[in-house]
Amino acid sequence: MELRKTYFADERRDDLKEIGQSRPRSDAFGHVTARTAFFADRTFPGTLHLKMVRSPHHHARIRAIDTSEAERHPGVVRVLTAKDVPHNLYTVLSLIQVGPEDEHVLAEEKVRWKGEAVVAVLAETPRAAFEGVAKVRIDYEPLPAVLDMEAALAPGAPLVNERHGGNYYHYDSGSSRKVRLGDVEDGFRQADHILEQTYASAPIEHAPTETTGCIVVPEGNERFTCYTNTQAMFFTLDNASIILQMPGHKLHMVGGTVGGGFGGKVDVIVEPIAILGSKLTGRPVSFIYGREEEMQISSPRAAERIVLKDGVTRDGRIVARQVHCYVDAGAYSRHSPYGTQKGAAHFPGPYTIPNVSIDSFCVYTNRTPSSAMRGFGVTIGDFALEVQMDKLARLIGMDPIEFRLINAYRDGDLKAHRQPTEGAALIECMQEASRVTNWPIADRFFELSSRTRRD
Amino acid sequence: MAKVAIRFLLNGSEKAEFVESGTTLLDVLREKLADFSPKGGCLQGTCGACSVLVDGEIRLACLTLAETCEGCTIETAGGLAKDGVLHPLQIAFADGFATQCGFCTGGMIVASKALLDRNPAPSREDVIEAISGNVCRCTGYEPIIGAVLAAARANSTNKA
Amino acid sequence: MSVTLETFTDIAAAAAALAAPGAAYLGGGSLLVRRANEGDVALTHYVRLADPALRAIEVCPGRVRIGAGVTMGEILRHPGLDFLGTAARLIGGPAIRNAATVGGNLYARAPYGDFAVALLALDAVVHLGGRSGERDVPVEDFLAKRGTAFAKAIVTAVSFAVPANGTFRFIKASRVRPKGLSVVTIAAVLDTRGGLISFARIALGCLADRPMRARAAETALIGRAQTPEGIAPALALALEGTTPITDAVASGWYRGAVLPVHLGRLLLADA
Repeated sequence: MELRKTYFADERRDDLKEIGQSRPRSDAFGHVTARTAFFADRTFPGTLHLKMVRSPHHHARIRAIDTSEAERHPGVVRVLTAKDVPHNLYTVLSLIQVGPEDEHVLAEEKVRWKGEAVVAVLAETPRAAFEGVAKVRIDYEPLPAVLDMEAALAPGAPLVNERHGGNYYHYDSGSSRKVRLGDVEDGFRQADHILEQTYASAPIEHAPTETTGCIVVPEGNERFTCYTNTQAMFFTLDNASIILQMPGHKLHMVGGTVGGGFGGKVDVIVEPIAILGSKLTGRPVSFIYGREEEMQISSPRAAERIVLKDGVTRDGRIVARQVHCYVDAGAYSRHSPYGTQKGAAHFPGPYTIPNVSIDSFCVYTNRTPSSAMRGFGVTIGDFALEVQMDKLARLIGMDPIEFRLINAYRDGDLKAHRQPTEGAALIECMQEASRVTNWPIADRFFELSSRTRRD
Repeated sequence: MAKVAIRFLLNGSEKAEFVESGTTLLDVLREKLADFSPKGGCLQGTCGACSVLVDGEIRLACLTLAETCEGCTIETAGGLAKDGVLHPLQIAFADGFATQCGFCTGGMIVASKALLDRNPAPSREDVIEAISGNVCRCTGYEPIIGAVLAAARANSTNKA
Repeated sequence: MSVTLETFTDIAAAAAALAAPGAAYLGGGSLLVRRANEGDVALTHYVRLADPALRAIEVCPGRVRIGAGVTMGEILRHPGLDFLGTAARLIGGPAIRNAATVGGNLYARAPYGDFAVALLALDAVVHLGGRSGERDVPVEDFLAKRGTAFAKAIVTAVSFAVPANGTFRFIKASRVRPKGLSVVTIAAVLDTRGGLISFARIALGCLADRPMRARAAETALIGRAQTPEGIAPALALALEGTTPITDAVASGWYRGAVLPVHLGRLLLADA
């Protein structure tokens, strides 16, 4: 590793003891001896295994649920349905005022995506739980499903989630999160070229090697210890407290090492129902996703569709950028309204553009709910933005790095959402990248600095 | 339910258990013998986190029925350090930052041991082949490959 | 109730146990134990035959017989089966190869079952045992009825004529290297005489619900030069009769689109 000290030399101290030094990982010994304890690395006598009955339909009304045969099945100890859940309606981010509550722990009246949890079966062994699941009878009335964002936003589309009154999240700014700077139409009039392109992505699954799960142990006095691989300990505690209508001090959440998360273990899905099962049976309960559940049921990164319209001058200045971003939340909010908002704040990218108009829509469809994943709301947008930058450079016959250097934000520039830029360093990163890759840029671009105000 | 008796050697110590017929080796190791070093990542034979050595051959504990291991010698990642002394692979994995979340690490080290036991001086391609059944979803494959090669070098240096 | 294992030394007894509803034959477990782990409640019994003959590999001049219980790893390490090494090496990782058997592979649904593709190109014979005595079935017939008439058969071995030196070819296209699920798998026995192709037997994997022969392409190769121009008519016919599978690895459309590319590479590998 090399630290290039020629950049920002006056901001760097040379007496740092940690930066630039190699230090052993604090968890390496546990990992290489395979002694690091993951949540499932413990056993408790009498543990029950929870398996879920899931919707085979994208969208359906539940006419009737018959659990009688499952309840009688050898090894099955308890069967849970919506009526067993004290407060069967939640949304993870209601804790930070991103409502409304829009999702059931166990489905009632309707299922809104293929794989939605409907009935939980608790049994002495995983096999008995699987057998119990096979004995649950649910009478569904399939409903028209909408699996595409454009179709979901079209007039007359089936309503996915009644809690939202439309197939999009209602921000205080309306049907989209909006950012406006300058006058984008005026900017397009100043442009020599206008380029409008659409970019799209499919959902992406985190696929952690350790699947999502928890083990809950009753500790007496109506208190429960929940060993979990959640990445969001206090979201889990607080949401479980709300769902179960139990004070937080009755719930002892024990986290620790997560066997790969990547944002996929922040949704608070397994813990509340496992704690409920433990409470109602008085026994430890293990609820661990199988591999197929991890891939199909746990929320992925959202599919996105991004329409970028840019006005650019012949000499390489972007004078207007209009963004319409559509984020497929699936059937429920989870973290998507937040991710969509994050995307709106992130556009128009690390470039200083005088006229900007951004509309980011969080759209509901009958697909698997999407949620957090490594830079969600931003990553796909960056892909679209940077492909668009290459296309714009090509359009005006300019080197793509030089084109970016011209438009790169600098310290003090006002971003589209009215925050001044600080510590940009983008120009210096591109200069160094060009240098080490021998990418030919004109000498005058090496003179630029992110600390020099634009002319 | 049919219980069957099984006996095997686990990391050098003799084990005897009554288990349900059809129980996987993974369940016996974790739930009966409290050896949590093999992990159940997929239970379908695709992730390699449950890799163990059965009579010196790498096997997936999630797909191996315990009854078929009667009388066998089983080694797991948890038994690799002897009397507190780390195996060269363990040292190389720690020194080479070949661990991230740690979930695949035990299986990776077992797969690598299966390689080095047969081939003490493997090529980079040999290492890639040897860990091809083990998934590191943190995608830290390069440091892992480097660590296995480093362990092989350390071994040959020690013997010289 | 759990899935119980019954081990037999007598094939007739094993066959009788296998006839029970919910019983399935346990080879290496890479497919069957997975089914149990994933909660297939229709599976209630594993049946296993502990007969050393199932683990035997016999290499006689001109003909090879491989016991059904022989693993991919054992094939890979057998000095007399070098030509099958490419096929065996591309099945799973080392741990899977130490479990997966020849017999089990014959039942593996696409995208698995690459070894069966090789056996189809070798025109192997499948040897069955059971209550009604021994029976030999051409591998193509076996594959056609593996889910019906032979669903509960006990495969004891496969055998095939050793292909002439250098005539057996195998390719498995996957998205992950060095191993991954098959996009398409192709095995072929290809012989030339006087610079022209004199014999071709081609088997395809993932182009239908089971390994299948590419007969139209085989016929179109006879008498042609082993050159891009010579094999072009065969490549144009490669998709005839196929119904490529769609799964998480690739769509049927994609599999069909890349088949001629990989078949061309296989046929021209040494040309």
